[in-house]
Amino acid sequence: MYNTIVMLKKEFRSYFNTPLAYVFLVAFLVISQWLVMRGYFLRGQADLRTFFSLVPVIFILFIPAITMRLWAEEQKQGTIETLMTSPVRDMEVILGKFLGGWIFMGLAILSTIALPLVTKWTAAPEVGIDKGPVIGGYIGLFLMGGAYLAIGLFASSLIDSQIAAWIIGTCICFFLFMIGDPFGLFSLPQPLVPLFQYLSLSRHFENIARGVLDIRDILYYFSMIFFFLYLNACILKTRR
Amino acid sequence: MITVKDVTKRFGETIAVNRVSFKVAPGEILGFLGPNGAGKTTTMKIITCYLEPDYGTVKIGDLNIRDNSLEIRRKIGYLPENTPLYMDMGVVDYLLFTAELRHIPKSKIIPRVRDMVEICSLEREIKKNIGELSKGYRQRVALAQCLIHDPDILILDEPTSGLDPNQIMEIRELIKKIGKKKTIILCTHILPEVTTTCTRAIIIHNGRLVADGTTEELVERSRGRTVYYVRIKGPKEIVQSKLQELISIESLKLLDDSKDGYCRFEIQAPKDKDPSEDIFNLAVKNNWVITELSQERASLEDIFRELTTSTLKE
Repeated sequence: MYNTIVMLKKEFRSYFNTPLAYVFLVAFLVISQWLVMRGYFLRGQADLRTFFSLVPVIFILFIPAITMRLWAEEQKQGTIETLMTSPVRDMEVILGKFLGGWIFMGLAILSTIALPLVTKWTAAPEVGIDKGPVIGGYIGLFLMGGAYLAIGLFASSLIDSQIAAWIIGTCICFFLFMIGDPFGLFSLPQPLVPLFQYLSLSRHFENIARGVLDIRDILYYFSMIFFFLYLNACILKTRR
Repeated sequence: MITVKDVTKRFGETIAVNRVSFKVAPGEILGFLGPNGAGKTTTMKIITCYLEPDYGTVKIGDLNIRDNSLEIRRKIGYLPENTPLYMDMGVVDYLLFTAELRHIPKSKIIPRVRDMVEICSLEREIKKNIGELSKGYRQRVALAQCLIHDPDILILDEPTSGLDPNQIMEIRELIKKIGKKKTIILCTHILPEVTTTCTRAIIIHNGRLVADGTTEELVERSRGRTVYYVRIKGPKEIVQSKLQELISIESLKLLDDSKDGYCRFEIQAPKDKDPSEDIFNLAVKNNWVITELSQERASLEDIFRELTTSTLKE
């Protein structure tokens, strides 16, 4: 546990050692806010539905960018040698890297706090806004982002090139995101449909973003996270 | 202290390390020699628990790398090849991080980092990021990293590669200084380093151990003959034929004869015979002048070349 916290601290701080964190935060905010706000007043609806349908897609590209460096750079620079010959278990390091990224991502999500405030101000005073979907949406984003993060971290452990890790991460995230899409499910054999729906990252998010916090959805995201962190540990083991 | 037994490691088709066994006694500074790609680094990675051997074991005291990996890692300080460091971290931040990762108690972390900065003379560059440091300073930071938890065993993989001669001297001095209380494996292909710092050396070639002993023993074992150089003033033909008559000389080669009457010879002598006295007496008897009489002993370099260029017969 102590080792995990040491790693977490180091990884979280290292985002801010390079311009990466600032570039990431600015780009994420500008892109997401602009895409949401451009149609906000035309729709005339004081809710965050556009935001919560856009960000999961934006995250497919953005989250693997947070994680691509985590293992790929250690391997390229060789720092993985000093790290893995320290008295730490593989899983402690993986968890530390993951949690550091998760907190950073949480920061990115929190930085969009202006949006719900704007909706609150612009809503008709007698109606107000429906708080359930907003709170649910934020929790959902955090969980879904966690799953993306675990996938990205796993992708980064596969290869020592950051760009390749980013592309692999994006592809896996995209695949798991879109397999629940009705458009794709259409062409699948009937018995497979529930399985694909269950595995899809987006389906569970839709539930939570409606404001329904179901333990099964939360469990789903945590099992996704642990599955990919476990795969990551397996990759490290095969390198030994 | 360290027992390596039958360690074997393959990468796909190639066998990087093939049944290597050796022991290192406490307090010893062992030179681990071999040409590039001989399996030195792989062996070091196995001892430090970075890689797992396919076969064989490594024991540190009673601890086994398979069952007590974490305990072993605690005892070892490792300086990997090419000094990998986090380039975007500050020097102090990095040392604090390694101190924490090495489980140094909270209250002792700051004094320990301060000690390291002093031992490795990092004061001047303390405020910089590692990426801004010169190669020599990076090497010192890496060395501080591997010393910070005061390990019993140090494994240094080419600690002086890429440094200038002054820095090399400094690092060697530092190793000697630290080495008084520790067991060290020094991995290198720079031979003078071994002769000056190590008490014992082993040579590895194509993944196999080819020699093991103190540096003197290794040189002794070399099959090469001792070579002498002599420069004598006298009639060339007579000098040459007289020298050839000496029994202590195996072969003779005229190197150059200058017009001032001097001629220089390269003389090969059998291993246990020293012809210098005979040569001197001969010169005195004939009233020749000797301006050079020197001996070139077989060095570690010779035996290294001999053992690592020959293709090994199975």
